[in-house]
Amino acid sequence: MSSLLTQEVPISWYLLLSAVLFSLGVAGFLIKRNLITVFMSIELMLNAVNLSFVTFAHQWHAVKGQIFVFFVMVVAAAEAAVGLAIIIAVFRARATLAVDRIDLMKL
Amino acid sequence: MHLILFVVFAGLCLAGAINLLLQSHPINSALSLIVVMTSLAVLYLLLGAEFLAAAQVIVYAGAIMVLFIFVVMLLNAGREERTLGSRTARSVGFPAVVAILAVIATVILKAHGLGVATLGEGLTNAQDNTNIEEVSRVLFRELLLPFEVTSVLILIAILGAVALASHSDGPQGNGERTGGE
Repeated sequence: MSSLLTQEVPISWYLLLSAVLFSLGVAGFLIKRNLITVFMSIELMLNAVNLSFVTFAHQWHAVKGQIFVFFVMVVAAAEAAVGLAIIIAVFRARATLAVDRIDLMKL
Repeated sequence: MHLILFVVFAGLCLAGAINLLLQSHPINSALSLIVVMTSLAVLYLLLGAEFLAAAQVIVYAGAIMVLFIFVVMLLNAGREERTLGSRTARSVGFPAVVAILAVIATVILKAHGLGVATLGEGLTNAQDNTNIEEVSRVLFRELLLPFEVTSVLILIAILGAVALASHSDGPQGNGERTGGE
């Protein structure tokens, strides 16, 4: 039990978790048919990449990795505000959130 | 301790992400996304990023997800229906995603000298500095200009959100007023 308490975690585990989360985000982006859920999958991908940044900042003792995550958070907040406003505008124009019916720009 | 905490919260994280995919109602997906983000905050703490852990909880799990849930409730989003497009996306998307994951995992597992993450290890070797001191020193000295530029970005985002969501002279401007983002 004491060996379990002092056990360290390999860096690659964190990176693998980040990769799996990113893949789940991509899968959600492709599979989900609701505009809001598709947008949530994008947030999931951003979070997965943030975990990679923090992990590498820890490994190389680099402060700038963490600051980059901070900037990613700022951009994600701005993106969420604008994206959700676009979703509201789309819903007002087409009265649906299903991505299959929002096909005005489809050839 | 580190291993136990990592396994518990990585598992929570993965469970939340998978639940996000499986749920068909957007509000359930949003709540599982909050689980993912809060577990990620704990993982940030394990990696010695205290400031980012706090920011993750406040900005992501707080502000952004409140915005999402607010929009889900405002638009009264119901459960999604399975269509032909979703079946195509499922049959083509899953193999593609697995292929991407396989490539990334191969690269990570083949990399040498990644080392281990040590609990309580600071960013620099000077142990008397806290994480917030380190971050703020670089943020407000070396990266002051990018930091100030983000304020312009936020301002533009606010203006854009208000302009997009406001009931102006749209084609059907007869509904009730729903307010900004």
